[in-house]
Amino acid sequence: MIRFLSHRLLSGLIVIVGVSVLIFLLARVIPGDPARLALGPEASNEQVEAMRQQMGFDRPLVEQYARFITGAVQFDFGRSLYTDQPVSSDIAAGFPATLELVLYSGLSMTILGVGLGIASAHYKDRWLDNAARLFSLLGVALPNFVWALLMMIVLAFWYQWLPLSGRLSEWLTPPPHVTGLYTVDALIAGQWGVALDALLHIILPAFALSLSGMAQISRLTRTNMVDSYDRPYVEFARAYGLSETSVAFKWALRPALIPTLMILGMQIVALLGNAFLVETIFMWPGLAKYGVNAIVRKDLNAVVGVVMVISFFFVLVNMIVDTVVSFIDPKIRLKSS
Amino acid sequence: MSQSSARWRGWRRFARNKLSVLGAVLIAIVFFCAIFAPYVAPYPEHAGVVVNFLDANQPPSAKYWLGTDTVGRDVLSRIIFGFRNSLMLGAVVIAISITIGTAIGMAAAYLGGKTELVLMRITDIFLAIPSLVLAMAILGLAKPSQLYAMIAMATVWWPWHARLVYGIVRSLKYEGFVVAAEVVGASPLRVMFSELLPNCAPNLFTKASLDMGFVILLGASLSFLGMGAPPPTPDLGTMVSEGAQYLPDIWWLSVMAGMGIFIVVLGFNLVADGLRDLFDIVG
Repeated sequence: MIRFLSHRLLSGLIVIVGVSVLIFLLARVIPGDPARLALGPEASNEQVEAMRQQMGFDRPLVEQYARFITGAVQFDFGRSLYTDQPVSSDIAAGFPATLELVLYSGLSMTILGVGLGIASAHYKDRWLDNAARLFSLLGVALPNFVWALLMMIVLAFWYQWLPLSGRLSEWLTPPPHVTGLYTVDALIAGQWGVALDALLHIILPAFALSLSGMAQISRLTRTNMVDSYDRPYVEFARAYGLSETSVAFKWALRPALIPTLMILGMQIVALLGNAFLVETIFMWPGLAKYGVNAIVRKDLNAVVGVVMVISFFFVLVNMIVDTVVSFIDPKIRLKSS
Repeated sequence: MSQSSARWRGWRRFARNKLSVLGAVLIAIVFFCAIFAPYVAPYPEHAGVVVNFLDANQPPSAKYWLGTDTVGRDVLSRIIFGFRNSLMLGAVVIAISITIGTAIGMAAAYLGGKTELVLMRITDIFLAIPSLVLAMAILGLAKPSQLYAMIAMATVWWPWHARLVYGIVRSLKYEGFVVAAEVVGASPLRVMFSELLPNCAPNLFTKASLDMGFVILLGASLSFLGMGAPPPTPDLGTMVSEGAQYLPDIWWLSVMAGMGIFIVVLGFNLVADGLRDLFDIVG
């Protein structure tokens, strides 16, 4: 087990370092002259030259990278050219909002996706199964941002059941900061009204974000569970006189869940990526919205910071998923060590 | 004779799944519209810079089937020309990324050793950044244009093809026909091209069909965020984002363009399912 974990940790580390090199090169090579970019078209050549020296762009690339990575390890990505704040504090400010969104979205994706998959397999070829399969086709083929807009039109504009955008109604003040997740903080402070308001705000973006992953998870769960229903051990369990519910959950579902778990990491990362679209639509003041703005404004340090943080999360989530899977399925643990 | 009957059997196997046939029909329609766009579109000149304020913001009607946009251009015509862009983007991106991905995956799996280690680590690194984010970063730091969009998307897409080919070749490299070719003295390049590559084709073909939908979706997402082809190029993602500013009054602009994306992506997805049955690919 320890060998498996250390192996996993090492490869994760290599990937993170690789990502940092990739991002560093992207940010230095593509935009041409970052100093000119920072100062704008009106700056004189002397000013640009001074800026180049100040930002260290006149040094060799390797030295620049060394400086960048020493900073990055200490969570220091320099100043944002636009907000004039340290990028790390901008990221820290936006991160809880995105975390809250991805958390709710991930929960909705996993619970509803697996649930739908189970129901679909259990009622195979009946109407519920067909409806679920149609839904998962829609979830995969209809882009996230179109889903978001459709739900926005129907639920927020026409019926006005749910608020249109933002994290909280304008007339409310955010709960005292503990975790940064409004729904949790409000509960801690005992502000029930604020908690409910925050919850209502998060339903639409979180659900819209979760749909494509939900569709894929339910499809995968269904396929694998249908497959395990045909296996001899399920037949045996039935012959033994176990109830249908116990057969479904104890025998058919468990082996079917492993492939689902294995793609979960990938799906959570996809959530982080798609958050860039959903946060833009719902004006969710998170990390992804900040990232989009940074890219549009060509705010180099901010772009680098956001991409680094997101990739770090990717590697972390995948490591956790791999570890969990290896606990459940010893075959994987043995194969890779 | 025998070949044509094999083809017939193949078609029968594909057609057993009604949904794949629906997908094929959808794609045929989209391709037809894209190729003959100037003849199919009711107002072909609306694909460009046309201002027609008299008919601006019209809801769907007999004259404009899917309504008009904020400067009075026919939405249906723009969607039809948008198909053209999307298909071209998808085809180019997939062609580039299959070429790069196959070369890297094949070299890594067949040559093994240090080559394998280095190439697959590089692939992992590219996969560690969500594709939309990496494509956005590349494209945003360059400048938005169709060409850069293609480059950015190919950059994020090849790792998937590299992984696929890597997996197949690794499972095949000790098979009899490969070893036989090596024993007769075929060069590594020859073994890779004439023995291994044809065996990757069915998988790659199926993956390409599936990816066509997803690449088009990624392209639409990028242009939705304002990083696609600059105006007045008709682009489905750009149309959705333009329409989003005028919700809920001018709902048809976003919704119809969104449906356009949906039809293309759905079509390629369904066809990919059918191809998977046809070639008997698991997973």
